[in-house]
Amino acid sequence: MPAWLKPLLFGLALVPLARLFVLGFAGGLGANPVEFVTRSTGTWALVMLCITLAVTPLRRLSGWNALVRLRRMFGLFAFFYACLHFAIFVWLEHWFDLGAMLMDVFERPFVTVGFLALLLMVPLAATSTKAMIRRLGRNWQVLHRLIYVIAPMVVLHFWWHKAGKNDFVEPAIYGLVVAGLLLARLVPVRRSRAPPSPLSTVRGSHD
Amino acid sequence: MLIRSRSANEALASEITPKRLYLRRRELLRSAAVGAAWLGVSRSAAAASGIATPSRDAPLPGAQPPSAGVRTPPPGEGSGQLLAAAPSPLSTDEPLTSYHDVTGYNNFYEFGTDKDDPQRHAHRMSVRPWTVVVEGEVAKARMFGIDELLKLAPLEERIYRLRCVEGWSMVIPWIGYPLSALIRQVEPTGNARFVEFVTHADGEQMPGLSSRVLAWPYVEGLRLDEAMHPLTLLGLGLYGDVLPNQNGAPVRLVVPWKYGFKSSKSIVRIRFVEKQPMTAWRRAAPHEYGFYSNVNPEVAHPRWSQATERRIGEDGFFRPKRPTLMFNGYADQVASLYAGMDLRKNF
Repeated sequence: MPAWLKPLLFGLALVPLARLFVLGFAGGLGANPVEFVTRSTGTWALVMLCITLAVTPLRRLSGWNALVRLRRMFGLFAFFYACLHFAIFVWLEHWFDLGAMLMDVFERPFVTVGFLALLLMVPLAATSTKAMIRRLGRNWQVLHRLIYVIAPMVVLHFWWHKAGKNDFVEPAIYGLVVAGLLLARLVPVRRSRAPPSPLSTVRGSHD
Repeated sequence: MLIRSRSANEALASEITPKRLYLRRRELLRSAAVGAAWLGVSRSAAAASGIATPSRDAPLPGAQPPSAGVRTPPPGEGSGQLLAAAPSPLSTDEPLTSYHDVTGYNNFYEFGTDKDDPQRHAHRMSVRPWTVVVEGEVAKARMFGIDELLKLAPLEERIYRLRCVEGWSMVIPWIGYPLSALIRQVEPTGNARFVEFVTHADGEQMPGLSSRVLAWPYVEGLRLDEAMHPLTLLGLGLYGDVLPNQNGAPVRLVVPWKYGFKSSKSIVRIRFVEKQPMTAWRRAAPHEYGFYSNVNPEVAHPRWSQATERRIGEDGFFRPKRPTLMFNGYADQVASLYAGMDLRKNF
């Protein structure tokens, strides 16, 4: 992998956030800016999640094992945009009104499932360091399979959000992408090379 | 020690109107005016009998003159077909939502489900000629041309709060007259209990019709007494101009105490019926959208609370959302329509 690729992708992953700042200062967030930034950060969290899930199928298709070194970065960007999404919910949507937030989380299924998805992402982000990967060993793999649960939950969050409007086009597209990326893992491939680990320096662990 | 002595022209604390009441003075006057209108008493009779009219009608020295007759869209905006309209005591004096937001942030699914779709696509709708068929349980079923509708009753400017079911709100200077003026022309029969409003549906002009979000045409309805209420407006313009297409040109409904989707846009048919009509949103999601859909902070939407709202252009990054008021703040005028009804069940 060329040395410039990862920094370039890191910069690109920050573009959606930079765009919000530019639009915000230019007055380009529309009549309901809070709604705009809520939806934008939510959508980008899901996009980053899809990119993260795409790494393994792409690697298997291309045989370019070095791709796995990008996976953690995109996973953490998914968590980053999800945290922004949640921070907007806490601050701009509810202005730290704990009662209103708890009511949302407990009474409204679409908020509940979104909140649970974020909670499940926390241990993944927390164990993304090299030290944690080494420490957890095989358990790390098991733990990080949580993403197979998280991604469908996020699609469901989006789907239920759009349900009242009967407007399922966008969540359906993301649903198909996530389903495709998960199913791609079931397709057997001939393993011509050693399966790579999340850390190229750690040998012998399984994907 | 300094002892203050009261001078002759100083008011005693007991003589001062409590601030709470003073701040509500317009509301109190307004409900008096609505009460009068509701009883079929004309404004002049009300004035003659000593019921005070709001200061808008009799400006205080130094106050702004009534501006409704000369309100216009911002330079370069609007159609240029200005409508002269008299100010109304039923108007709120809250700050207006900008013309830009009123005409750029809309739900009008016939043109697409995004908020900016109506502004981008509604120019494709032809609004002249335009006729509205009024039929059903009426003695005098007939058609009205748009020019006839513009002259049917004196135009008023009504500045109303608009609360969308999605949790945002605006303050809009509408132009129109009470729907009751139209209803009286067609003389509903004793069987007429509900009124159904049908919106224009033409796939050639409305790209949103290709999506199956709702069953087209868009149908809404009111109980006859709701339709006859003096607050219920037949809307023909806003900001001193005829209605922009994205806001439901050329003729729409404005029912300020109900969620915005009850106020049908671009109406082509008004039908008086005996049974409660099946409305578009109830057909699509009956557990989420009721027939009444009165603004009610205590009854949550299944996916979000209705206790607060974001006033477009005011609440956002720097100010929290504001509490939503029962019947969108029009409870004094309309609560009696629903006396004895369980509003949780009849949401």
